[in-house]
Amino acid sequence: MALNRLSFAALGAALAVTGMVALEARAADQYIPLLVYRTGPYAPSGIPSANGFVDYFKLLNARDKGVNGVTIAWEECEMQYDTKLGVECYERLKKKTETGASLVNPYSTGITYALIPKAGVDKVPLHSMGYGNTAAADGRVFPWTFNFPTTYWSQASAKIKYIGQREGGMDKLKDKKLVYVYHNSPYGKEPIPTLEILAQKYGYQLTLLPVDHPGQEQKAVWLQVRRIQPDWVFLWGWGVMNQVAVKEAASINFPMDRFIGNWWSGTETDVVPAGDAAKGYLSATFHASGDGFPAHKELLKHVYNGDVAAAKKNNYGEALYNRGLINAVYNVEAIRVAMKKFGNKPMNGEQVRWGLENLNLTAERLKEIGLEGFTKPIKVTCEDHEGNGPIIIQQWDGKAWKFASDWIEPMRDVIRPLIEAEAAKFAKENNITPRDCSKEG
Amino acid sequence: MDILGALLLKPFADIGGSPLFFLEVVIGGVLTGVMYSLVALGFVLIFKASGVFNFAQGVMVLFSALTLVGLMELGVPIWLALIATILVMIALAFAIERLVLRPLVNQAEITLFMATIGLTFFLEGFGELLWGANVKKLDIGIPDRSFDVGGILVNEFELFAAGIAALLVAVLAVLFQRTKIGRALRAVADDHQAALSVGISLTSIWVIVWAVAGIVALVAGVMWGGKSGVQFSLSLIALKSLPVLILGGLTSVPGAIVGGLVIGVGEKIAEVYWGPYIGGAIENWFAYMIAVAFLLFRPQGLFGERIIERV
Repeated sequence: MALNRLSFAALGAALAVTGMVALEARAADQYIPLLVYRTGPYAPSGIPSANGFVDYFKLLNARDKGVNGVTIAWEECEMQYDTKLGVECYERLKKKTETGASLVNPYSTGITYALIPKAGVDKVPLHSMGYGNTAAADGRVFPWTFNFPTTYWSQASAKIKYIGQREGGMDKLKDKKLVYVYHNSPYGKEPIPTLEILAQKYGYQLTLLPVDHPGQEQKAVWLQVRRIQPDWVFLWGWGVMNQVAVKEAASINFPMDRFIGNWWSGTETDVVPAGDAAKGYLSATFHASGDGFPAHKELLKHVYNGDVAAAKKNNYGEALYNRGLINAVYNVEAIRVAMKKFGNKPMNGEQVRWGLENLNLTAERLKEIGLEGFTKPIKVTCEDHEGNGPIIIQQWDGKAWKFASDWIEPMRDVIRPLIEAEAAKFAKENNITPRDCSKEG
Repeated sequence: MDILGALLLKPFADIGGSPLFFLEVVIGGVLTGVMYSLVALGFVLIFKASGVFNFAQGVMVLFSALTLVGLMELGVPIWLALIATILVMIALAFAIERLVLRPLVNQAEITLFMATIGLTFFLEGFGELLWGANVKKLDIGIPDRSFDVGGILVNEFELFAAGIAALLVAVLAVLFQRTKIGRALRAVADDHQAALSVGISLTSIWVIVWAVAGIVALVAGVMWGGKSGVQFSLSLIALKSLPVLILGGLTSVPGAIVGGLVIGVGEKIAEVYWGPYIGGAIENWFAYMIAVAFLLFRPQGLFGERIIERV
């Protein structure tokens, strides 16, 4: 009995000590809380993203002593891709250190929606990189939310452009059959209005096939695909749904080079279980995969001391690792922009928001970072929090993702009016007066 | 009227218009239903012998598949990895009996059920600690190609899974009906006190039944893991077996099989023919609807035992 009590006391003490160490962030540090999901059913996606994120901070601290001499301090909060836990993490971390959270990446569309009303009140900018609420691209209505470099609606329009190119022209899309297999959630439903509007414009036949969470069993959906015999299938999945979809598509002998996932359906995890059957599968993305960039060499040298095996164990160079990496790059570059205006000291949320809104990541700067050709330059403005970034189609060759198209500009003439209309609706419902960007400094 | 027409006429017109495709849907449903039965069997075995609804059965499917694929990734040959995983599942059965069930003897059924919820969280975390959270490819050499039989596409892997399930049911039937252990299992299931009074060791029976359920979980894990890769969502497959259990009865091995087939075929027909008219993604809840409809007429399920209590 005494031994038991002693064990509990030791365990409690250990937890208290490790907790204190994890929460340590000095006033002189640039504090960035990280909402991560390293456990639970979506951990296979959450771990590489978090690793890529953290490794970039480690690189900057080790090589450059942080950002302009200000050390980056981060703290992970495990949210298991659960909206309730994510909001709890945000609440717990937002006021840490003197400056508070300088920005938050929600890493979930559900959490983004939940945090949008809080962000302005707490003065913590949100960066939902390529996910979340598409209408937030209108910075006049959503000053605290950023979704650059591109959004789900832009992605959908660029994918339509891509299949138009493959068919030999947009006019050739008429009467083509497109099946949209999607996660039956707000995330999966997000691009449907865009696809429907474009179906009217270009005359393709759109069939919507939802898959309920988690998507472990999709036989009925793929039987319908077999009956429809579509020309193209778009996949908008998440987690196990992607792996099953790729295998089911292969099992009905659907041609993989006419099957296109979105950027959450285009990772190594999605194709490896299907083995050779996944060869040729396509997906949209906004950055490269692989570890051939100078920035990766720096990561290997400064974070892993040249130990390739240790780096690979941490998903180094995988699609989602690189996504975490570019997310961290965007955040750090916004902090640099803010520091240029406000001085080389830890930035608070308001200052970083200004940095995000004035971010101009040029091709030259990407080269300096060691990411030339990794992604396209991006410019964010007060009106445009999306940055109108282009997308690119990548293809799985059985071992790695390779670019399979040129960069494709979204259909801004179609998408931007939709975004503005949706943002105006949100503003009206929530009594928000849109900002006049000509008066912003 | 349009909606009524869409629900009452069009699906039947679709079926009549392409009977060959309807047959393909039915075959797809049968093969999927067999896979549900594999998971449901584990629940039935434990409930039958101990009256415990094992909430952890889904995680046992995951844990066994993770162990198998983890060992294979370490370079262990597949046959050795299979044997080692079976031994791990037997060891797990011993540990559960010693650490979870024995201290809870004579406690209410709900207490035992709660204990299996705890076991779920433990096994999930322990599996992740041992083998990591990444999706793992499970290739045990079963071909995963589809072939055309008179215009109907049939998947080899799913056929193989159906064969394995049939074999497993035959083995379990022999175990239950023709062996001394089987008789003891049935005796414990009927009446714990009476079984104890004739010298049957309750603890041994529990170990045996949890070990057998562990092996059944391994078979289910291999089949489902082969389809989708081994990953933590595998434990959620237990949710698909719940309507199978409601339909087939919690205490019947044949019930788990027939229930799986009815649910598999029913949900596929509903999704393919009725789904498009009511927004799609109906198969999950439709499976429960089939089960509830059966319950209205047979509360004990298709093959479950009818419990009559004098009050």
